Amino acid sequence: MAVTRRKFLKLAGAGALCLTLSQLGFDMTEAKAYVAALKIEGAKEVHSVCPFCAVCCQIIAHVKDGRLVSTEGDPDFPVNQGTLCAKGAALFTMYTGKHRLTKPMYRAPYSSSWVEKDWDWTFRQIARRMKSARDKDFIAKDAKGRTVNRLESVFSMGTSHASNEECAVIHQALKGLGVIHQDHQART
Amino acid sequence: MTNHWIDIKNSDAILIMGSNAAEHHPIAFKWIMKAKERGAALMHVDPKFSRTSARCDFHVPLRSGTDIAFLGGMIRYIFETDSWFKEYVVNYTNASFIVSKSFGFSDGLFTGYDPETRRYDKTSWRFERNSSGAPLRDDTLQHPRCVLNVIRKHFERYTLDSVSATTGVSKADLVRVYDIFCATGKPDKAGTMLYALGWTQHTVGVQNIRSAAIIQLLLGNIGVSGGGINALRGEPNVQGSTDHALLYDSIPGYHKAPVASWQTLADYNKANTPVSHVKGSVNWWQNRPKYVTSLLKAWYGDSATPENDFCYGLLPKLADGEDYSYMFIMDRVFQGKMRGGFIMGVNPMNSFPNTHKMRKALDNLDWLVVTEIHNSETSDNWRRPGADPAKIKTEVFLLPSAHRIEKEGTISNSGRWLQWFDKAVEPEGEARNFGNFWVPFINLMRKMYEEEGGACPEQLLKMRWYEKFDASDIAKRINGQFEADCEVNGKKYRKGQQVPMFTALKADGSTSSLNWLYAGSWTEEEGCKAKRRDPSQTPMQAKIGLFPNWSWCWPQNRRILYNRASVDLNGRPWDPSRAIIEWKDGKWVGDVPDGAQPPMAQSGVKPFIMTTDGTGLLFGTAPADGPLPEHYEPAETPIKEHPFSSQLSSPCYKYHKSAYDKMAEPADPAFPYVLTTYSLTEHWCGGGGTRAVPNLLEAEPQLYVEMSHELAKEKGIANGDGVIVESPRGAVEAIAMVTIRIRPFEVMGRTVHLIGMPFAYGWTTPGCGDSTNRLTIGACDPNTTIPELKACCVNIRKANKLTEIA
Repeated sequence: MAVTRRKFLKLAGAGALCLTLSQLGFDMTEAKAYVAALKIEGAKEVHSVCPFCAVCCQIIAHVKDGRLVSTEGDPDFPVNQGTLCAKGAALFTMYTGKHRLTKPMYRAPYSSSWVEKDWDWTFRQIARRMKSARDKDFIAKDAKGRTVNRLESVFSMGTSHASNEECAVIHQALKGLGVIHQDHQART
Repeated sequence: MTNHWIDIKNSDAILIMGSNAAEHHPIAFKWIMKAKERGAALMHVDPKFSRTSARCDFHVPLRSGTDIAFLGGMIRYIFETDSWFKEYVVNYTNASFIVSKSFGFSDGLFTGYDPETRRYDKTSWRFERNSSGAPLRDDTLQHPRCVLNVIRKHFERYTLDSVSATTGVSKADLVRVYDIFCATGKPDKAGTMLYALGWTQHTVGVQNIRSAAIIQLLLGNIGVSGGGINALRGEPNVQGSTDHALLYDSIPGYHKAPVASWQTLADYNKANTPVSHVKGSVNWWQNRPKYVTSLLKAWYGDSATPENDFCYGLLPKLADGEDYSYMFIMDRVFQGKMRGGFIMGVNPMNSFPNTHKMRKALDNLDWLVVTEIHNSETSDNWRRPGADPAKIKTEVFLLPSAHRIEKEGTISNSGRWLQWFDKAVEPEGEARNFGNFWVPFINLMRKMYEEEGGACPEQLLKMRWYEKFDASDIAKRINGQFEADCEVNGKKYRKGQQVPMFTALKADGSTSSLNWLYAGSWTEEEGCKAKRRDPSQTPMQAKIGLFPNWSWCWPQNRRILYNRASVDLNGRPWDPSRAIIEWKDGKWVGDVPDGAQPPMAQSGVKPFIMTTDGTGLLFGTAPADGPLPEHYEPAETPIKEHPFSSQLSSPCYKYHKSAYDKMAEPADPAFPYVLTTYSLTEHWCGGGGTRAVPNLLEAEPQLYVEMSHELAKEKGIANGDGVIVESPRGAVEAIAMVTIRIRPFEVMGRTVHLIGMPFAYGWTTPGCGDSTNRLTIGACDPNTTIPELKACCVNIRKANKLTEIA
């Protein structure tokens, strides 16, 4: 079996560790290995991609008991070779921080606060407004009598954060609704 | 990118212009440093000295918005020093084509300009053609109207004196860059240009890049390893989201969006399928009807038949010539012409220009759906500083969005590599991915239309839609599938199986594909190629860092576009030391060639397979603002005149008129300084996501403005002072950062100061400052409608007290 870059790094890392410890005159190998093992021991390795710029550095997420325990650069990926920038290095904090939105929220007209809602209610409310706008404003024919089947009063913006599969679905969904005001970050 | 991240290491001369690559693509920058280790020259031409400049051999400060003057000077220099690559230019570009007698250019305007509409009638921008329709050419390049001579004449005005007076770059610096880069006009040298939003976000953005294209074609740098024009794309999947057309003006796979005057599929195909009269031109877009029909078939399934035009009639049709891009969307929202909208994973209330107008506009909506990871300046606009929620009617639905690591699928990197990511953990709380919103949402809409009827229910109901969102299923449909039992090259496929590649797609309804470019990415034979993690290479591929077996890239796993231009007419690499492809023993080896036909000397096949005439376009008629670039000042400029013509700013740029769309006069004494804007390594664009991460916010905590010592002295501002920056559109508080990184420019015989500000800060993060874009301008490129975020005019003064910054 070929030695991948990653396996090589692991071997090289072990070599470097031994050298340092022998220089120090302490044998901390066991203690260090124990500390290192605590975090990702028995964790599943999942291959993902950093969600920031279009270098698309590959990352490895370590998951234990359904929880994310670590993210790091993928040493085997030829472009980033295991390295990450400040944002990529902060991924773990980004995922596990307490600032995330976790429930659908609703702000009523003229209200000064958010209210938590469930998805079912949220879907129905949005769909009702979408249908109402579409039924009122749909333009089947233009002034010259040509079929145009478009809706001008609703727009969609975003997003380059979507995967290719999500983009394909979003584009098709908007074609189905007749929405033509459609744009995202590529226009920058 | 024409090339890819790793290929940058193969370059001899790297011109980074309109990009701060070290800051914004830090990991990719290692490949730039690899080139430097090999002896490449690294040059940074940019308004301010940055982390990129620090890594380059030298930095050349340039006044923001004068890139065409700078590059036009280089085009003149290429002719003056006879640096152009003759064999390449004669054979592979349209240099020899004869431009029509009716074409002309005078005092900053091309023929056909209509000042009323600010548009060109392009009929005079064409080539002389023979009776069969092929362009007339003079391969001796003696004809005064052949493209090469038209270009030579056009750029005669771009002398070192004029360019220096306009850009603020010294003549010595101009010659230094020109000499180094022009040296790549030899067969065994390669130069690359790396750019980003510093080129696109101008009223002449497209022509900035056209200037680069002309230079790179003249020097023979397109298609070669270490060459190319490389857009360092910033957003995470901006390549894929463009390919899949989250844009009003196209449909997936780079086809135009249907307009009202194309009522039938035949009308559409006729208007969009080019016919070439040039022998040897592959004219790949002649295949467009196959891809469009396959797309319709993917969208409408069994409802799409040849008899009903594959449901083409159900597609929404734009009004001809109308602009529906975000600046126009927001203007219509501002005017109260919209009822509702969806804003997903973007924060326009911080990132769009002229933010005061944007924020005011949003109050006019009845309802708004925001899909986000965090609360943002957009989701919470109704409670922004100075607004009274009790007076704002907009209902806002804020939907929690899943993060990358919580979902699976593919993204396309800047080098067009299709990379699969697995789901690591379940979405936080009740967060959903975008697909898991849109698929059930459309199912609900369909149910309502089935039960209640309404406007044009068939537009929704005739679609082939999905029970649930499954990334693998959609990825397979993107590749494309057979809709009937078929045979391709002697191999039988059953209905429902994956198409092997885009050459199998048909216009008769027997195939479907959500995007022809991605056909070949998930096949019966090899499965999902985006998941490939095989670093194996041939020695030839290893030499240039080509990894053909790691993931997959469009089109057809071709890693370097236009690669047939990297070889001579007999298929021998111009530079054998960095060969991408080579004709050997009757076949191509190396990268996947741009077409498998034998070399041009044998087959006559020209290398630029995507252009109608098969050549690189030195003279290009597609842009709205001219077939050749021309220097125009930004919409807001510190000067009243420039040496190139009496046409001060672009005659075609788009803008809106309203009380919120104020603009400074040219050389307006109230707004004498140029402002340029940028983002940071530690924050993601508008900062909506990264400001919530404590370690990143600590690294870059608040809004600042970089300015020269000279300007600071003039204004009595000390480093660390609170200041107020004002434009005709708003005022912004910032902390003064007085630095040698920004220097005054000598422009048209006087001093022009430039200041720079990041745009990563917003009011939802307390005390860090608020949107820099309250200053920037809504003047837009006439081709792309990208606004001029990189240049506007401002004033600056010391603040008595600060309220936005803690």
